[in-house]
Amino acid sequence: MLLIHCPYCEETLPEAEFAYAGEAHIARPADPMALSDEEWRDFLFIRSNPRGTHFERWRHLHGCGRFFNAVRDTVTDKFQMTYKAGLPRPDLSAMKEAAE
Amino acid sequence: MSRYRIPGKGRIDHARPVRFTFDGRVIEGRQGDTVASALLASGIHLMGRSFKYHRPRGVVSAGSEEPNALIGTQRGGPDRFEPNTRATMQEVWDGLTTESQNKWPSLAFDLGAINDRLYMLFSAGFYYKTFMWPKAFWDKVYEPFIRRAAGLGRSPALPDPDHYASRNLHCDVLIVGAGPAGLAAALSAARAGAQVVLVDEHAEMGGTLLSEPQLRIDGAGAWDWLAATLAELSALPNVRLMSRTTAIGYYHENMVGLCQRLTDHLASPPADAPRERLWRVRAKQVVLAQGAIEKPLVFDGNDRPGVMLSGAAQTFLHRFGVKVGDRPVVVTVHDSAWHTAFDLAAAGMKVAAIVDLRNDVAPALVQQARTLGIEPLPGHTVTGTTGRLRVASVRVAAVSGSQVASGRRIACDALLMCGGWTPSLHLFSHTKGSLRWDAETGAFLPDRKTEACQIAGAGRGLWGVAAALDDGAKAGALAASAAGRVAGAGTFAVSGDRPGRGVVVRELPTDGNPGRAKAFVDYQNDVTAKDIRLAVREGMRSIEHVKRYTTNGMATDQGKLSNINGLMIASEALQKPAPEVGLTTFRPPYTPTSFGALAGYHKDDHFEVTRRTPIDAWADAQGAVFEPVALWRRARYFPRAGEDMHKAVARECRAVRSAVGMFDASTLGKIEVVGPDAATFLERMYTNPWAKLQPGRCRYGLLLGEDGFIRDDGVIGRLADDRFHVTTTTGGAARVLNMMEDYLQTEWPDLNVWLTSTTEQWAVVALQGPNARKLLEPLVEGLDLSDAAFPHMAVAECTVAGFLARLFRVSFTGELGFEINVPARHGRALWDLLWQAGQAHGVTAYGTEAMHVLRAEKGFIIVGQDTDGTVTPQDAGLTWAIGKAKPDFVGKRSLMRPDIVARGRKQLVGLLTDDPATVLEEGAQIVADPSKPLPMRMIGHVTSSYWSEALGRSIAMALIEDGHDLQGKTLHVPMEGRTIAARVSGVTFYDPEGQRLKV
Repeated sequence: MLLIHCPYCEETLPEAEFAYAGEAHIARPADPMALSDEEWRDFLFIRSNPRGTHFERWRHLHGCGRFFNAVRDTVTDKFQMTYKAGLPRPDLSAMKEAAE
Repeated sequence: MSRYRIPGKGRIDHARPVRFTFDGRVIEGRQGDTVASALLASGIHLMGRSFKYHRPRGVVSAGSEEPNALIGTQRGGPDRFEPNTRATMQEVWDGLTTESQNKWPSLAFDLGAINDRLYMLFSAGFYYKTFMWPKAFWDKVYEPFIRRAAGLGRSPALPDPDHYASRNLHCDVLIVGAGPAGLAAALSAARAGAQVVLVDEHAEMGGTLLSEPQLRIDGAGAWDWLAATLAELSALPNVRLMSRTTAIGYYHENMVGLCQRLTDHLASPPADAPRERLWRVRAKQVVLAQGAIEKPLVFDGNDRPGVMLSGAAQTFLHRFGVKVGDRPVVVTVHDSAWHTAFDLAAAGMKVAAIVDLRNDVAPALVQQARTLGIEPLPGHTVTGTTGRLRVASVRVAAVSGSQVASGRRIACDALLMCGGWTPSLHLFSHTKGSLRWDAETGAFLPDRKTEACQIAGAGRGLWGVAAALDDGAKAGALAASAAGRVAGAGTFAVSGDRPGRGVVVRELPTDGNPGRAKAFVDYQNDVTAKDIRLAVREGMRSIEHVKRYTTNGMATDQGKLSNINGLMIASEALQKPAPEVGLTTFRPPYTPTSFGALAGYHKDDHFEVTRRTPIDAWADAQGAVFEPVALWRRARYFPRAGEDMHKAVARECRAVRSAVGMFDASTLGKIEVVGPDAATFLERMYTNPWAKLQPGRCRYGLLLGEDGFIRDDGVIGRLADDRFHVTTTTGGAARVLNMMEDYLQTEWPDLNVWLTSTTEQWAVVALQGPNARKLLEPLVEGLDLSDAAFPHMAVAECTVAGFLARLFRVSFTGELGFEINVPARHGRALWDLLWQAGQAHGVTAYGTEAMHVLRAEKGFIIVGQDTDGTVTPQDAGLTWAIGKAKPDFVGKRSLMRPDIVARGRKQLVGLLTDDPATVLEEGAQIVADPSKPLPMRMIGHVTSSYWSEALGRSIAMALIEDGHDLQGKTLHVPMEGRTIAARVSGVTFYDPEGQRLKV
């Protein structure tokens, strides 16, 4: 069972407290009616489904109830980091360089 | 005293005889015996029949890897029966009843053994080939045969009377395996002050040390050292020792599941003791000290009872004081079996010969064999065995290069084999740690780790006790340091160690035809070497395909003995080196685990939460029949004496249409939406317009997903400018709140709104029927209930029967109706007062079944019954609920998607059967023309169907392709033996003008 760090509670807690909520950084368009069918399709259905680093949303369902974002490796399943909803997509290459 | 027991030898209690039965025969064992050791002490090797060919089989190993000696155990009454218990793990006690499996009529004479003669039918992939034709054979011959043959043992037929426990545990260092490596690791970590948990699957800790009493460690005998070490560890407050505890799985972030067996070894367990306890351990560091498993050798006739692993014979001798035979022969490719032979000879067994495929066996070993009167046969192979129920002789032959000379027979009553050792990496594999092939040891060893773990001893290819102790000590120190302790690794002075070396072989060479050999690779699934070669010949290239085609390694032992040999044979057949062919993946659990242990406390009443409303007890007392709705239990109908469901529901429906009905609607989901932007929020969430809804009014709300499909619905009341009382479906409450929170937190965080689940804060009583107002009015204070002052779809706060209430005038039945919300704690009192007051007005309690009928008569949908996640508002005929002027709401853009506006969508319509007495079945498929040939095109299905008491006929709703264009058309519902004709209609069957609300 994974351990997940809630960026609002500032605690690392068992996966069972959390619920997955799909890919992150897909904002609802400000004016959906202005979009073409193809653009709306992409928003609704097209996801990156990467092998490796995945930006995704989780909710601390049985805790504070907040939605937040996470970086997780789909190969190892493991979380690399979590951050609050609304923050920009973290620059992983910069982080990697900083770590090295 | 049993004939094969050596008095005074071993770790069993010779002074405490224990009697149990095996297939009805009384066997005397000793306290400390396993079923296998006690049977061997009585000279019994034949312990079961094999899975496919029903061949006689004996015990092969002395541990949990045992593939053959699977028995049924009965502990006390007939309800405490377990199949497929490993005889090598089950401890004996007075009164234990055991039985062999897969035999009929008896173990010694089994009719199923005919399969052995028909082996050509059961070769690799027989599942896919043998039973294909003729087609007519399937029902009569093949299926009954497969059903009888499938599975091992027999399932328990009675509910399990035992109970099971579970616990969570956090520690610094979890050590799996209490052999030399694990013990040394525990010493390092425990002495450093780490919180240590040491587990071992056996009854006794010690691992290899139990089978090697000749060793001396730090000047003490191995068993004295073991006792002192365990005494030191158990005296430390920071150490927890758990024997009979199997680490069944290694999961993410160092969580390890342990199954602790608490009572299966006890003759009279305490009545309240759990049988097993599942531990979920979260360790900062894990030390895997699981050791290695001896490999069988693959040769013709390697499965006869009496053929077993050499290390098992050594364990039976030293740990249980049991001779596995009088005249064993050893066949090996590794030094360790030579030492076993020497131990057996020293214990008085006449070891006839040691057959070793290697030419270059160490001269010292050969010399010692001669000294002990054992014939050494280096450069020899075994080409066959004889003996029906027990091995009687072995055929040995000299090998020179690729030439196998003609052999000779050596009489024996046991054949001890050693194909080398396989590091036990099952738990490591659970973590997706990678393995690398090590040519030196001829084994896969752990490579890249994914978890915070250390692997010590034979588990990483280090043979011998001295190496295991040193490596374990280092691993324990590393683990304790990583867990934040200051740790050092002790050293050990070991004498009498016999690490040895060996070579890796595939099959033993033979002068016979390998195509005819019954050389077993997987004993439990009856897979032979030729099956694996056949699989490769028939096109299987990946080891994963070979595994599935042959079922090699797919039995309950997960290939602990067979995987490596299977891989070796496959790699030769594929002409690829072993590391390129790769190993199949081990998955949890390490050994079969009872469902009881996994279920733990979650059984019977604790299996699942049952939510009950405050009025539930009243319904129960009235004799209501309940049904589960989401996690709730709801009263379905209230039968009176002599009534079946049909009659009760008809009476309840009549009462609502003619007088007044009372309904417990407390399970409705309720969400309080509050804040200055509450109306804006609902505007964006729901299809309907909310901005202009006046406080004191309510409205039907329809919720879509962003894809345009109906997700939920419910009435929403506006109590104030900034306060809405939202209701949802009973099952949808949590989903809807989650969806609202998602949009509020992540899409529109600028909106000033609070969402609160209030489902369980309110008890809700619905009064429905022409007498509803007459019943309610005298009990209401602070509100004029007249139609003019409090019309349909009004909401107000007032007092009802003295309780503060939110009163809705709403109708899910088409009748004059009110829904009274009071704080949950007053729900029962309100119900009782209304019930009492209602007696003068013909009040009748109705349940969910009548509610369904009444709403269907009005054509009101139930989300999830009349919709299925692919139904749009247009499909459901709910376009009236869409706020046309709103620029946006969730799902609005999708209502213009090409697929949504295309023809051919399934649309909700009414269905009236030509015969009004026929009630369609919900879920029944619908066709346009039943005279068309089969298979016929289905154009839709029935979603709701009832007997309508008000209309005196059946009614139904259905989702049908372009159904809105088919009004008045006759369609057909094919059922078993008949086809029912029905006419498409609108969905509002009763009072289409809504006159009954205007009172």
